[in-house]
Amino acid sequence: MQPATTHKATAAKRNGSVSEPVAVRWVLIAAALLFLALFLLLPLAAVFSQALEKGWAAYLEALRDPDTISAIKLTLFTAVCCVPLNLFFGIVAAWLIAKFSFPGKSFLVTLIDLPFSVSPVVSGLIYVLIFGLQGWLGPWLQAHDIRIIFAVPGIVLATLFVTFPFVARELIPLMESQGRDEEEAALTLGASGLQTFFRVTFPNIKWGILYGVILCNARAMGEFGAVSVVSGHVRGVTNTVPLQVEILYNEYNYAAAFAVASILALLALVTLVVKTVAEWKIQQSLAGPDDKR
Amino acid sequence: MSKNVFLALSLLLLLFLPTLVQANVELLNVSYDPTRELYQDFNRAFSRYWKAKTSQSITIRQSHGGSGKQGRAVIDGLAADVVTLALAYDIDEIADQARLIPKNWQKRLPNNSSPYTSTIVFLVRKGNPKKIRDWDDLVRPGVKVITPNPKTSGGARWNYLAAWAYALKQKGGSEAKARDFVTRLYRNVPVLDSGARGATTTFVQRGQGDVLLAWENEAYLAVNELGKGSYEVVVPSLSILAEPPVTVVDKVVDRKGTRKVAEEYLRYLYSAEGQEIAARHYYRPVDKAVAARYARRFPKLTLVTVDSVFGGWKQAQKTHFSDGGIFDRIYGGGR
Repeated sequence: MQPATTHKATAAKRNGSVSEPVAVRWVLIAAALLFLALFLLLPLAAVFSQALEKGWAAYLEALRDPDTISAIKLTLFTAVCCVPLNLFFGIVAAWLIAKFSFPGKSFLVTLIDLPFSVSPVVSGLIYVLIFGLQGWLGPWLQAHDIRIIFAVPGIVLATLFVTFPFVARELIPLMESQGRDEEEAALTLGASGLQTFFRVTFPNIKWGILYGVILCNARAMGEFGAVSVVSGHVRGVTNTVPLQVEILYNEYNYAAAFAVASILALLALVTLVVKTVAEWKIQQSLAGPDDKR
Repeated sequence: MSKNVFLALSLLLLLFLPTLVQANVELLNVSYDPTRELYQDFNRAFSRYWKAKTSQSITIRQSHGGSGKQGRAVIDGLAADVVTLALAYDIDEIADQARLIPKNWQKRLPNNSSPYTSTIVFLVRKGNPKKIRDWDDLVRPGVKVITPNPKTSGGARWNYLAAWAYALKQKGGSEAKARDFVTRLYRNVPVLDSGARGATTTFVQRGQGDVLLAWENEAYLAVNELGKGSYEVVVPSLSILAEPPVTVVDKVVDRKGTRKVAEEYLRYLYSAEGQEIAARHYYRPVDKAVAARYARRFPKLTLVTVDSVFGGWKQAQKTHFSDGGIFDRIYGGGR
């Protein structure tokens, strides 16, 4: 019992030195709120007022357009493909990095961060270079009649690449801060690897996972740059919601463009709420029951 | 856990189903920016015609963007059955770089494969407050000119060449004078959008600039649909004859087995109905009868061709728009 308590004590001390005094916290909150009002609420209000400029009937009409519906379907499909895959890879990568030590670990972390540091346009072009007709695999794919870019698979791939870091990046610091004592204890008591993960690790990180998933999802649905490069902009086939917004805007169909944009804005709002809740829960789970002062 | 996986899989299937079951003929027309409204109408007319002729339903998909960018996408594998781009050079590139079409593609359809022509005119704000009448007025200090980037936009290249041709055709005009004229013109350009549509939006929606160099059809679209009474079209004394060409992409239609319908689609652009639709959208029809009927729509002005003034598109592209070409030097050094 003795070693565990000392560990808890050091963990608490570590947390104490990271959190700020109350005054600083309120200043930060005020700054954040001001920032949100300026950069989120104001544009949001603009989007909705523009969207409803011609009334509800026109708004619903714009959303019922076949090309828009197909764009919404494609965006949902992309998110449904990308989020579970990145959830899986993210958890595996975070588990590996936080709970084990091995050579090349920092390199792996850098690799996971790569999509953050690369411009989305470049992320798209990578796939054109690989799968394009003039690219490495292009002629072979053509011969076998497999379409990757300028088709749905390319859009999914590009989105997958861009959204890759979200879950892992969220979980790594969380899992590292939790240490591996609990897992070690579970293993000593005879739990199998999977049992340890589902009974010990998972309950600790579930809010972190939700947070990562929601961010990953928001980006998957909102990604413009990378998808624009590989989409080919075929109407009703390879346009996602953000691309559809651009098309409508360029067709002088401003009310419809903003109506479709309002879907993305709503997504942003939902994301924000879930994110806030998840953040709060993470704080709680990190603080732990014996940290109450 | 497995229940969720099953749910996700069935959801995937549900989303994919529509793409799996569609069996009718599908054509993809990869086009440039300002033809959106034209092909919306034309595709409807052609589907009707094709249905009546063969009782086959046809879906025509459209992709629009800057002409150069669209050509690049076809080179990289965008499976276009037909391309309808802003200028021959962008289709030449598809022939040269990807070998998807034969080099003599432009000889396969009448009128250099251009079913309609157009030209470059000026769009100014109501009442023409800066008194812009001709190209000379664009280089006056204090006049802001909106034109897209010739590197990415087909329309912008026509704009540039029209200005150059005008300066060259003036009394005592020379290459050096033309270059000086175009340099001064681009000094008056505050922002280069990537496509013709973006430039129109900049001028109309964001209220930037005093004059927009635009496709004739784009200018009339702005006048008639975007703000009735807020803009005026100014026709310069001389402009360029723009010939936006069309072609079937041979390798694609042969693979997809759509050659017959794709060729018919392009031929239908030359039919009376196709020409009517083009004229209604302010593209100059090549058919004499239709042109005569719509003569009032299209003001008369001196039109020069790329072939006669610049020795063809390949030459024009090399001299003016390639990396390190004249445009790079005047736009980089002009500011």
